[in-house]
Amino acid sequence: MKKYSMETTVGIFVLAGLLCVAYLTVKLGKLEVLGGDRYPLTARFKDVTGLKSGAYVEMAGVRIGRVGGIRLDTKDNMALVTLDIDKGVRLTDDSIASIKTSGLIGDKFVKVSPGGSDEVLGPGGVIVETEASVDLGDLIGKYVFGGVK
Amino acid sequence: MTDAITFLLSPAAFVGRTVLTVVAELGGFCIFLVQGLWRIAIPSPSWRKIVQQVYFIGVKSIFVIVLIGLFTGMVLGLQGYYTLVKFGSEGLLGAAVSLSIIRELGPVLTAIMITGRAGSSMAAEIGIMRISEQIDALWSMGINPMRFLIAPRLAASLICFPLLTAIFDVVGIGGGYLTGVALLGINPGTYFDRIDAAVELTDVSGGFVKSVVFALLVAAISCYQGYFTHARRDGFGAKGVSLATTAAVVFSCVAILVADYVLTSFLL
Repeated sequence: MKKYSMETTVGIFVLAGLLCVAYLTVKLGKLEVLGGDRYPLTARFKDVTGLKSGAYVEMAGVRIGRVGGIRLDTKDNMALVTLDIDKGVRLTDDSIASIKTSGLIGDKFVKVSPGGSDEVLGPGGVIVETEASVDLGDLIGKYVFGGVK
Repeated sequence: MTDAITFLLSPAAFVGRTVLTVVAELGGFCIFLVQGLWRIAIPSPSWRKIVQQVYFIGVKSIFVIVLIGLFTGMVLGLQGYYTLVKFGSEGLLGAAVSLSIIRELGPVLTAIMITGRAGSSMAAEIGIMRISEQIDALWSMGINPMRFLIAPRLAASLICFPLLTAIFDVVGIGGGYLTGVALLGINPGTYFDRIDAAVELTDVSGGFVKSVVFALLVAAISCYQGYFTHARRDGFGAKGVSLATTAAVVFSCVAILVADYVLTSFLL
């Protein structure tokens, strides 16, 4: 009886620990265990200053995905951003992706505004129309040093 | 003449002796660690021994880990709130609490608590087995004490530390919720949303890398101190065991904090 209860408690301990590990990695760490509930789109930006992979993609204020990866297109020095969009969200090929800041100094995220075209982007599609991030420092600099008339 | 030179060189001799002792000690420790790890694999110790050690190191530590995790999270929630509210960004409390717990406090505090609870008793237990010649008895019966005593403790530590760290992390985030949301009135949605947005997989995996390294350090240092109680120069018998236990706790804690800094600088 004694031996049995010790093994049981060890088992419960390990299960509870693994449950916490699962919560941390899958829920908070966004480890894609099953995957496949998102499809990738690519957007080309002139400037993605401050955007990080893992940032949210929103449409009309609702989360529809995450930024999967950011790299530089060495041909024309544009930033290539991979957007992992939830399946079931249909984006047309004239959607506009723009980089916004939540609040004044908050995190950057990608906002997608719907277009009116009939062509729906499939996996691997490219969002052509983009708006680069607005650098608050640049704006202030323009104001201070007389760029604004 | 030679006497004078010897006298003049005696500080150098002292430095040299100290360095050699430290190097020999470290070398002995590394050999001990590798032997212990090797004995986990070949021939592996009995499953039953490992389960016993998991019970002792892991299950019996749950209560204290939950308690410490809860209060750490609660105090972080409190401190974080009053700092963040000055900038009007108390919504970031979830991110502050979860990141500091998952990256730093979870692995480090868990390791230090287990050092106090299990590391000290490992050193004392093995130390007493050493001074009462039970380890020699194991040898004479053809049982390798590395396999019989050390390997199960190392294996159990490697299992328990990450699991207890995970429990600490989750309970700590819950503690931050208690003070931040229940007491100070932050929006619960904001709290968890910020955690969700701020925590990345690298933070979580970095925390687990730390806890695995701490597990190795704590278990190996504690067992090493106990195992070589008889080799201590500063005391023998019961005094040796008490010194070994003290040394195990002190060295483990120092090693945890030093390793934490080194690991953090590599992981960031």
